[in-house]
Amino acid sequence: MTGGAAMNTPVARDALDVGRVRRDFPFLRARINDHPVVYLDSAATAQRPRAVVDAESDFALLEYANVHRGVHTLSQRATARYDQARERVRGFVNATDASEIVFTAGTTAAINLVARSYARPVLRSGDEILLTEMEHHSNIVPWQIVAQEAGATIRVVPVTDAGELDLDQAARLIGPRTRVVAVTHVSNVLGTVNPIRSVADLAHAAGAVLLVDGAQAVPHRRVDVLALGCDFYAASAHKMYGPNGVGFLWGRRELLEAMPPWQGGGGMIEVVSFEGTSFAPPPARFEAGTPPITQAIGFAAAIEYLEALGWEAIERHEATLVAEATRRLAGIPGVRLIGTAADRVGVVSFVVEGIHPHDVGTVLDLAGVAVRASHHCAQPLMRRFGVSGTVRASFGVYNTLEELDVLVAGLHEARRVFGG
Amino acid sequence: MTSPSELYQSVILDHNRAPRNFRLMPEASGHGQGYNPLCGDQLTVWLKQDGDRITDVSFQGSGCAISKAAASMMTTVVKGKTRAEAAAIFDSYHRMVTGLGGLADDLPPKLAIFAGVREFPARVKCATLAWHALKAAMQEGGKAGGR
Repeated sequence: MTGGAAMNTPVARDALDVGRVRRDFPFLRARINDHPVVYLDSAATAQRPRAVVDAESDFALLEYANVHRGVHTLSQRATARYDQARERVRGFVNATDASEIVFTAGTTAAINLVARSYARPVLRSGDEILLTEMEHHSNIVPWQIVAQEAGATIRVVPVTDAGELDLDQAARLIGPRTRVVAVTHVSNVLGTVNPIRSVADLAHAAGAVLLVDGAQAVPHRRVDVLALGCDFYAASAHKMYGPNGVGFLWGRRELLEAMPPWQGGGGMIEVVSFEGTSFAPPPARFEAGTPPITQAIGFAAAIEYLEALGWEAIERHEATLVAEATRRLAGIPGVRLIGTAADRVGVVSFVVEGIHPHDVGTVLDLAGVAVRASHHCAQPLMRRFGVSGTVRASFGVYNTLEELDVLVAGLHEARRVFGG
Repeated sequence: MTSPSELYQSVILDHNRAPRNFRLMPEASGHGQGYNPLCGDQLTVWLKQDGDRITDVSFQGSGCAISKAAASMMTTVVKGKTRAEAAAIFDSYHRMVTGLGGLADDLPPKLAIFAGVREFPARVKCATLAWHALKAAMQEGGKAGGR
């Protein structure tokens, strides 16, 4: 083959150099139970590359100060860095304006912010909130709390056997009393990528707003909130190789501007007196107290890191891993895959006949393989599939096909130990 | 510990496959529930008492091999014991699986197969779920979440 032919191979040109990626993650040199670590739990939290930790530590050691507080140079620099981080997130989700990005403690805090600050004031007795059967508890419980306070009702879009939303049912369940539709972009258990645009159209036709839980989508695909057509989008940095303790809410500007604060404190006001206080415009209105400044700067570094790898390369690499994991796990006797949607990213969930997920998890752990074995904070979905929990292998930019060999060998070992 | 079979000894696997006293007890004098919110596992322990003595004990529920075997083994160990004796056994057993103590004199020898659990802090709850439920059952109708 000539050099020219190789250069014309687009796959080779755009492929992720996993060996190089792995060198960016010192964590991967760890040994667990005398085995090299095989980290298949990025959906719970992703490991951080050196570039992210360096960005955090450089700022903390050399440039640290509070934001929006002082006239001194350091504070002004810290404010500029914090604003740059916000701008980086804006670009990542393709929002119109950085003022639509609110930094929060994470996805959960962002959903609670919308439930408390958008939904609670508009909800009347008899109104409805529409969720889906595949939601994480963090996109169920905040809505239950405000629904109960307002006398509103929760309705639930069912999931098909393949693990996809039943859109016909969704269309029937959305009605004139629906105020909010809240749906996950990607299921943390099934990996299903939901048709957000279609759900947005249904919600808007009924006059409802749509919140999207993006926690499991952001590590895998470029997000475009305008193309998705949603009204709120929530996600966490730690799912996308960034620090824990920071996330964001994107909201349409006119919605954010009309919303009252959800927490009071410094930084979110214009004028305070004991007679009354006027609030700052978004996003400051929703960022009471000293925000997670260092984490926001690490978050920006994580976005930069992923953009440098290239979203197309990441997508292609992870699609190979998910497809290969699906094929190989399906070939093991007694293994049943949970979630076989056409459009899937990031995770493969399964149960092994006769062996509890916890026990599978322990046998794999002894071989150095980290998976999650539980109900994944999605108990209604577990009931839907008639299981108490599943084993979930989730994949990131640093995982390899060789690591799948270790996973598969571990599952054979589990079957041997339990006499399968 | 490097081998799964050190944790999953054959007796544990046997009790997992064929748990003893795995039945409802409609005529029970007390019952207790164990629930592990981490994994969603739950079980109920029933018992009959004659004065201070446990005359019958049974359980039902869903769980991993460790929690099921621990529950099964527990029923075979505490039957015929007084409440104080059962509580003392739980205490020794708890110290063993958490690594705070070795094999105490008052620990029935067959419970020693759970000693490997101390290498797995995440599984201590599994090994003690039924015991916490038993404790609640002895106090009548309580609810134990484990610790």
